[in-house]
Amino acid sequence: MKFAVLVFPGSNCDIDMYKAVEDVLQQPVDYVWHTATDLSQYDAILVPGGFSYGDYLRCGAIAQLAPVMNEVRKAAEAGKFVLGVCNGFQILTEAGLLPGALIRNKSLKFRCHPVDLKVENANTAFTNAYQTGETIRIPIAHGEGNFYCDDETLKQLQANNQIVFTYEGDNPNGSVANIAGICNERGNVVGMMPHPERAVSELLGSADGAGMFKSVLNAFASKTGAASGAAVR
Amino acid sequence: MKATVYVTIKENVLDPQGNAVQNSLQTLGFGEVAKVRIGKYMELQLDTNDRAEAEKQVKAMCEKLLANTVVEDYRFELEG
Repeated sequence: MKFAVLVFPGSNCDIDMYKAVEDVLQQPVDYVWHTATDLSQYDAILVPGGFSYGDYLRCGAIAQLAPVMNEVRKAAEAGKFVLGVCNGFQILTEAGLLPGALIRNKSLKFRCHPVDLKVENANTAFTNAYQTGETIRIPIAHGEGNFYCDDETLKQLQANNQIVFTYEGDNPNGSVANIAGICNERGNVVGMMPHPERAVSELLGSADGAGMFKSVLNAFASKTGAASGAAVR
Repeated sequence: MKATVYVTIKENVLDPQGNAVQNSLQTLGFGEVAKVRIGKYMELQLDTNDRAEAEKQVKAMCEKLLANTVVEDYRFELEG
């Protein structure tokens, strides 16, 4: 299984993402610059955190127009796996690949600390190694992670089981329905504010994020049938 | 032709910046400030004299990039 980690000017979690794939999965992974126009060789596309284009205009607003994003749209439509973390989540919403928007934290503070997340949907490509209802601990680091959508969109998210993670206990940013991460209807595109790539080893304070990487390898294996029965947990 | 674009946060969307500024204004003694909303102001110089065309184009620019219509409203004025 081959992974692409997209790199925009201002991305700063790209190395963490790359290393997480390398360390957790030992699968091939490349950095792919925002000007790339062909992602056909990749099975999963990871959009990392950071401050692409300095967050000019709005977080993710400029990045959504980078040439590589057309390829991300094609990949998502083809059923390939796409994960956006933090700024990557903001980019995916701006690009229309996920509904809603991320606005300024209610507290106006940049919040940078571990949070408890409830796994609301363990059937997505990125969460199948968890149990629905399980609590995992993963750090957040954002100033604009307050997920907003209108009531109608929220009802759709709930009806389609598109809410993937919610904050347990304290909601750090004021997001609608405590939402920390969502997916598209098909479940192959996931966006989240917390950083699973920063929680892949006990040395980092938590290894709970590793499950997301294992999940997508599982999803790929069941899709291709290549490694049936070899699911990892 | 010049386009002046105003992007504002939708009425039903929280504006924490606006709330913070409102609190600060009240701290300064401006007790009459009942609400503050913060938005963006943009000036675009357009290479056209065709008003109808400019209107169509600026609307498209707002929809596609200048505003995120999930959380923001926009309006604009054309002059020249």
